[in-house]
Amino acid sequence: MSMAILSSLWHYRGFVLGSVQREFQSRYRNSLLGALWTIINPLAMIIVYTVIFSRLMQARLPGVDNDLGYGIYLCAGLLTWGLFAEILGRGQAVFLEHANLLKKLSFPRICLPLVVVLNALLNFAIIFGLFLGFLVVTGNFPGWVVLGMLPVLLVQVVFAVGLGIILGVLNVFFRDVGQMTGIVLQFWFWFTPIIYPPTILPEGAAELLRWNPMVPLVQAYQGIFVNAAWPQWQSLWPMAVISVLLCLVALSLFRKRSGEMVDEL
Amino acid sequence: MGSIIVSELGKAYRQYPTRWSRLAEWLLPGARPRHQLHWVLKDVSFQVSPGEALGIIGVNGAGKSTLLKMITGTTQPTAGSIRLEGKVAALLELGMGFHPEFTGRQNAIMAGQLLGMSVEELHHLMPAIEGFAEIGEYMDQPVRTYSSGMQMRLAFSVATCRRPDILIVDEALSVGDAYFQHKSFDRIREFRKAGTTLLIVSHDRQAIQTICDRALLLDRGRVALAGAPEEVMDFFSAMIAEREQSTIRQERLPNNRVRTISGTGEASIADVTLLNDQGKPIDVLETGTPVTLRITVDIHADIERLVLGFMIKDRMGQAIYGINTHRINRPLENLRAGEQVVYSYRFNADLGKGNYSVALSLSRLDSHLDKNYEWRDFALIFHVINTRKPDFVGCASLDAQLEIERPQLVQGAAADALSR
Repeated sequence: MSMAILSSLWHYRGFVLGSVQREFQSRYRNSLLGALWTIINPLAMIIVYTVIFSRLMQARLPGVDNDLGYGIYLCAGLLTWGLFAEILGRGQAVFLEHANLLKKLSFPRICLPLVVVLNALLNFAIIFGLFLGFLVVTGNFPGWVVLGMLPVLLVQVVFAVGLGIILGVLNVFFRDVGQMTGIVLQFWFWFTPIIYPPTILPEGAAELLRWNPMVPLVQAYQGIFVNAAWPQWQSLWPMAVISVLLCLVALSLFRKRSGEMVDEL
Repeated sequence: MGSIIVSELGKAYRQYPTRWSRLAEWLLPGARPRHQLHWVLKDVSFQVSPGEALGIIGVNGAGKSTLLKMITGTTQPTAGSIRLEGKVAALLELGMGFHPEFTGRQNAIMAGQLLGMSVEELHHLMPAIEGFAEIGEYMDQPVRTYSSGMQMRLAFSVATCRRPDILIVDEALSVGDAYFQHKSFDRIREFRKAGTTLLIVSHDRQAIQTICDRALLLDRGRVALAGAPEEVMDFFSAMIAEREQSTIRQERLPNNRVRTISGTGEASIADVTLLNDQGKPIDVLETGTPVTLRITVDIHADIERLVLGFMIKDRMGQAIYGINTHRINRPLENLRAGEQVVYSYRFNADLGKGNYSVALSLSRLDSHLDKNYEWRDFALIFHVINTRKPDFVGCASLDAQLEIERPQLVQGAAADALSR
């Protein structure tokens, strides 16, 4: 069955890649600078975080005596969180967004979440590429340890995809899910040490953080880029298992409800 | 290749009493189902053999679109099964997924990919797509600058750029200008000749009768009638006229045609005869001769207004000529029960040779959809023969007169004469 999904995805790869390309292009379609905006926007963001926060506001990370330390800490968490939030936010809406297409045309529906993921990854690749470039220019590139982020990224994407598809399917039947997702994402963000270091949390709150599955991932990124430290693999295992389970749940939910879904759109 | 087998197909939508009950049904283990099934289609079975064309008709809400959606695979059936063999193309909603900011060419590629084609294949087919759409340099303009007709043209060209084994067409096709409509129907006919199986939903009598081998009438989610297109279309016309109270009956005529009679019955056709110029009843007539169609109508209840119409149809059921007393401002008013009215229409039978039938209608207004006292197909059948005029083809005797000029030859002949 999952083989069938894979083979239909392969057959529709042209559509999937075309959609990614089209969505990417459509954003800057009628602008003068065109694709340049794909670089200007994230660049501005990186500059705001690093220069403004670290230099002007003199924000320092405890235990790191690098001017840019806090900026890098921020970017490592924010950019990867952005990828997670984009997959989740767009994933929960993907079936509703394409309701017309789903009702009128017969094509493998699993293409739609895949387009979302690929698009999010493309955006992430651009912004993260710039971030890496920035690190090289400012002499803060952590070296080979960067490769350590790939498995972390894989776990994170699988987690986001699983959760995104589940929310996407549920959202068709219970539109409350879409509303809730935004709110939950807000709380989740502030409950993850991205803007602040975990050390500033009071005792009880720090204890609670252990139940936040995003924490080990974000901390792994921060470790790589701030301290040039390899991720602590054992802390990632539970998350990897959860992610795979989520994906399986997502697939079975999708298979079970995708027929009914069209009737509800 | 290209067969469709639909067996005992049914579609029901789930209806929950409240929004919470769905959640309860999903989450509570072993809970009883809390939804009710609302059946929109039930027990639909039919087969379409390779190369055959089946027309599906029915009023809005009869379940036609649901049926097509299940066959194309967008909606899943609740009961029964569908077996398709061969490559399917569906013209349900043309221009789906067109993005207004992108050019026609880019959109054509996207639409093709959505149909499962590869980019190389599409590049290969692009000249043909462009050629058929005939939208010229608009091909490289954003689709937002297109008229709806142009979008249609492009969408149709893409959807039909490959000949499918099964083509599924919804009435959406009847948009666009007359020229393109012809062109698209020609393409469908071509496909058909080449062996494509066709499934078409339409309200257009002509389309169904000229293209289809068989027709299927859906009514409230069930197959009401299946058979020859003309027979089913007649039943359908009668059915829409008769939604309120009346009866529809079909009789099989000796020549194996089916006569449909319907109506509310306040007035009925008592007799219909075709007379020649000597007043003798005939059923074979010479083309171009004057004839009289005499129709006797019995009035069974008081009627405020009565319009009689007749229509001559050819062997294929296409309308050749039709007129009614409303259109010539001769309706009758305030008729009493028990009255009898005799109408005589005189005309020259300027028809080509062949079989013709006459359909009659008794109604209150111009259209029999308003109030239909009686509608009778195949009220009369007659044959036209042609022994006196030149042997023309077609059903309209236009009596074309010929003049021939050959100017060069005249000069040539003059020169000949001079040199002699």
